[in-house]
Amino acid sequence: MAKMNMLHAINSALDITMNEHPQACIFGEDVGYFGGVFRATSGLQEKYGKHRVFNTPLTEQGILGFANGLAAFGAPALAEIQFADYIFPAFDQIVNESAKFRYRSGNEFNVGNLTIRTPYGGGIAGGLYHSQSPEAYFAHTPGLKLVVPRNPYQAKGLLRSCIKDDNPVIFFEPKRLYRASIGEVPEEDYTIELGKAEIVREGKDITLLAWGAQMEILEQAAEKAEAAGISCEVIDLRTILPWDVETIAKSVKKTGRLVISHEAPITNGFGAEIAATIQEECFLHLESPIMRVCGLDTPYPLALEKEYVPDALKIFAAIKKSVEY
Amino acid sequence: MTNPNNVSLNLSHALEFIDGHALNIPTITLLDQNGQLIEGASNVDLDKETALKIYDTMRFIRLLDERMQAAQRQGRISFYMQCLGEEAAVTASAAALKPQDMIMAQYREQAALAYRGFTLEQFMNQMFSNEKDLGKGRQMPIHYGSNELNYLTISSPLGTQIPQATGYAYGQKLKHIDAKTGELSSQIDAVTICYFGEGAASEGDFHAGLNMAAVHGSPVIFFARNNGYAISTPADEQFKGDGIAARGVGYGIKTIRVDGGDAIAVYAATQLARDIASKNGEPVLIESIAYRLGAHSTSDDPTGYRSKDEEAQFRNNCPIERFKKWLVNQGWLDLAEDEAVKEKLREDILNALKVAEKVAKPPLEDLISDVYDTPIPALQKQYDALKEHILQHPQAYPSTAGRIK
Repeated sequence: MAKMNMLHAINSALDITMNEHPQACIFGEDVGYFGGVFRATSGLQEKYGKHRVFNTPLTEQGILGFANGLAAFGAPALAEIQFADYIFPAFDQIVNESAKFRYRSGNEFNVGNLTIRTPYGGGIAGGLYHSQSPEAYFAHTPGLKLVVPRNPYQAKGLLRSCIKDDNPVIFFEPKRLYRASIGEVPEEDYTIELGKAEIVREGKDITLLAWGAQMEILEQAAEKAEAAGISCEVIDLRTILPWDVETIAKSVKKTGRLVISHEAPITNGFGAEIAATIQEECFLHLESPIMRVCGLDTPYPLALEKEYVPDALKIFAAIKKSVEY
Repeated sequence: MTNPNNVSLNLSHALEFIDGHALNIPTITLLDQNGQLIEGASNVDLDKETALKIYDTMRFIRLLDERMQAAQRQGRISFYMQCLGEEAAVTASAAALKPQDMIMAQYREQAALAYRGFTLEQFMNQMFSNEKDLGKGRQMPIHYGSNELNYLTISSPLGTQIPQATGYAYGQKLKHIDAKTGELSSQIDAVTICYFGEGAASEGDFHAGLNMAAVHGSPVIFFARNNGYAISTPADEQFKGDGIAARGVGYGIKTIRVDGGDAIAVYAATQLARDIASKNGEPVLIESIAYRLGAHSTSDDPTGYRSKDEEAQFRNNCPIERFKKWLVNQGWLDLAEDEAVKEKLREDILNALKVAEKVAKPPLEDLISDVYDTPIPALQKQYDALKEHILQHPQAYPSTAGRIK
């Protein structure tokens, strides 16, 4: 075990992969000698060569087109999109190509070797274009898997699973926690199963559900609730697609209440899908309506970020509302 | 001297713009319309066996296109796209490759697939979306693909295969790079050819794919089929520059423009392109100039957007006839035999059509297989519910109800 921040943990997962597959390549904007604008790929070009860790021209659609081709060839393609806000020029390559490669060819070809890493989320004074959480757009696309880690240990184990998984995966990295989140991480290789949520705190009165950077906020809200005598079961969804209905439904059947929180705008956010499914699975067990504490339906703000974000106070208010319903 | 801007370092003191058409790119043509090699033309290394295989493939595709165009009109298949006028461009370029080279086509390159050995039955099974289709009946007719033949399955969105070709070819190159020096240590054994039309070259993916191929040194042969039309839009409403070839130079890519109706010129140019790509580890651009004699697809009628006169002007320049004349001049083709083969092929095609249209549709499992490597739980649940529903209403779902496992 070693103390690592999330960037070190991600770097370690990439390092293991590069060592494991002689044809694995890491590419994206500024990921080469500089090691990425957040330094996630630091030191890897020196170690594995310019032909395997390289800067690309500024073209997100090109990065993903290249990645689809390289993955179809059979080499692990580790593509970085510098900010999730800039993933949209690559939307066609991801949604129409990566996601449908296997299906449309009858499994003659596939891009299971593709892993897309991209930093997402707010809290860094990034305004509209350095703060978005675009997971819901991709969650509407069969063929993709979507994964979000909450801390360094999770980041390394989940990223290794994404890379090993034989489907195209988008790994959303909570950039606010890149350096802020520090924890014990094994230096050796390990994986964390995809598609499985994790109960990070057991409780009996209400279930709180989030993923990624929002987990920290959820824990703060749970602390406030505990102080007020409300026992919270806190769950990290970890994989958004395919998501772990079973674990969430089981918890909600026990507590009778559910609060979901994400930074992305509330309308058509992934919380809506969870709410719809859980009301169907747990209808007779629910003691109050499923509540969502999310971003407002605005572009991500700058000066008014504090007011916009679903903070612990807003989540605590929703917990009280749910319990007192 | 360092060169941070990565440009030519020649200075000038005259205030003068370079003309947008300064390059004035020539079109390479080697064979005249009478099947005679043009005097003074470059030598070409095309053996009898390859020449006859090119001809056989073009002849087959012409007959297949005629029959399937008619089959669409009869309502037997939903959609079709002919290669009419571009048979030489597609066939001769494919013939200049090695079997291990990857082909990433747009959609009008069935001749390249036929050249590789895709069978008549395989063509038919795809067009009838039956259970023997390699694509499991998921895509519209003509979206062929074959892993065995290194022919990537066609994708309808235009141009997406261009940056993919860059990435795929980069993979082909990787094992030939010396890890210590980063330089090529041997000739690349397999390269990629990427076909696209002059209309698709307006997509952002074209720019991304060519620029990245140049920067990263991907061994791709970009083959632009400039056939004059993108559905109804003529090339002069598509771009202002000197065709697609001028752009290759802009990306720093070795470029050539060939007469796409001249099988020999296309073959020679592609052979040379393959040599450059595999030895240097760099992309090459070929622009083929031909005329799309047919409609874009069975869903449009060219009389609505171009004149009969224009079509007539090109109808006499049939690329297959031109090559055939050369073969006859060489003494490699017997005309009476050729007619007999055509007759036999027509019969074979019709028979294969009749067989394929009676083959069952894919089983219900193929609705959910291959979305992921294994179905995710939510999809499995949806599938189980669907099966139950179908079993309750078997008469409404006749092609699958009786076969549910």
